[in-house]
Amino acid sequence: MRKIKEFIIEKLILVCGLASVFFVVLIFIFLLKEGLALFKIVSPLDFLFGKSWYPISEPAQLGILPLILGSLLVTFGAAVISVPIGVGCAIYIAEVAPNKIKELLKVGIELLAAIPSVVIGFIGMVTLVPLVKNVFHLPTGLTALSGSIMLAFMAMPTIVSIAEDALYAVPKSYREGSFALGATHWQTIWRVILPAASSGILAAVMLGIGRVIGETMAVMMITGNAAVIPQSILQPVRTLTATIAAEMGEAVVGSEHYFALFAIGVVLFVISFIINVSADLFLHRNK
Amino acid sequence: MAKIITKNLNLWYGEFQALKSVNASFREKAITAIIGPSGCGKSTLLRVFNRMNDFIEGFRITGEVVIEGKNIIDPTADLIDLRKKVGMVFQRPNPFPLSVYENIIFGLKIHSLVEGKNNYDEIVEQSLSSVLLWDDLKDKLNKSALSLSLEQKQRLCIARLIAVKPEVLLMDEPCSSLDPQATVRIEELMRELKNKYTIIIVTHNMQQAARVSDETGFMLLGELIEFLKTDIIFTAPRDKRTEDYITGRYG
Repeated sequence: MRKIKEFIIEKLILVCGLASVFFVVLIFIFLLKEGLALFKIVSPLDFLFGKSWYPISEPAQLGILPLILGSLLVTFGAAVISVPIGVGCAIYIAEVAPNKIKELLKVGIELLAAIPSVVIGFIGMVTLVPLVKNVFHLPTGLTALSGSIMLAFMAMPTIVSIAEDALYAVPKSYREGSFALGATHWQTIWRVILPAASSGILAAVMLGIGRVIGETMAVMMITGNAAVIPQSILQPVRTLTATIAAEMGEAVVGSEHYFALFAIGVVLFVISFIINVSADLFLHRNK
Repeated sequence: MAKIITKNLNLWYGEFQALKSVNASFREKAITAIIGPSGCGKSTLLRVFNRMNDFIEGFRITGEVVIEGKNIIDPTADLIDLRKKVGMVFQRPNPFPLSVYENIIFGLKIHSLVEGKNNYDEIVEQSLSSVLLWDDLKDKLNKSALSLSLEQKQRLCIARLIAVKPEVLLMDEPCSSLDPQATVRIEELMRELKNKYTIIIVTHNMQQAARVSDETGFMLLGELIEFLKTDIIFTAPRDKRTEDYITGRYG
């Protein structure tokens, strides 16, 4: 009886384990099937590097370069803001902060991670967007910069918590060795602990970026959604994700537009996949 | 000549008193061993000399530790200067996850002792030669220090100290993670180094103390029971407790 129970439980767990992989594969196949259908109509090069995105004009122009650049610009801006602050915060928590402040900060970071993306977008819309408009004297505050700033908040919890783990994983003996040579606290952090934790910190940065590039709701609400090649960070941009979310509802199933949106999905999938794999490589490099 | 003198040194971790009225004087350019069973306070005493206990919560200390006329446990003592002068080798070799070269020049950089690459090169060669690693590693200076053998790592840690020209080397069971052959070679190195440096070694290995040291202190439950020339303490200890320990009755 006990043996049968064990057997059933084991198999159930096996099914659970395989299910996740199975669904990922299914999603990927579906995505590829619908996305690749586009390339019977448009060549991949025209799709990736075409400069105009007018999916409902006649004939439709399906170049996603403006969208890719929009995504990259917003992501890059968010990384520039969130990486120094996030890594700095992780260093403070892991190395400097007294225990009470440490606990307080960790709770704060977790809360930040718990804010739904739409709320971040909403807050950005009513506070940050007018601010950006006034500060830079722009016709609109719905810009790549606004998106970058709000997305930086979303990347921060990922960066802080993973970087903090990486810093904690640095053996205490490195610290002692450095102090025993007369290094100051900061010299120890800068010359020993950060290099020792570098691969984990890189992974944290990659995962933070991965989080930003896949983010949809907040960017859609505050970046202005103009599908043009951005000349500056103070212009409205449209990202890959926002395009899918905004247009999928009105695209006719089986139309070029519909397939193009799926192809954008494939592009996003590939980007996220590359980011996650490289983060993984960084994480496992030092083990 | 005494290099380090402790006067009525008491140390607490919270309620626990780890050192009880320790009075000792450590000779310059000699090897002094501190022996005793686990938990007797020998590592704590060693770590007083470069203030490595300061990080521990609930740490409190009274008395005096005089190195070259200065009381180093005074709150105003310059820790950075002290630790440059009094280096420490740890139980487990702890080279930094940097190249061999970077490990050696670490101390030079943080103390801004030397300018210019050529001068670095010279000191790296001198330091590695003085721990007899130069021939083995001269072609591997850019390799990660973590790829070395345990013995090489420990030698590198000693070389890293020597590079900043310390006066005292504190060694906290420096051979306990090494095999017997490596231990013999590190002990040889210690004998050579004592011509230039004052060495204090903590060890739970009595044979090691007998082999390398000139003087030996025996500690028990935070007290320094006896502090004598090594050949005397191992042949004619005055205190019954020392005799019991070195004859293996406990410990």
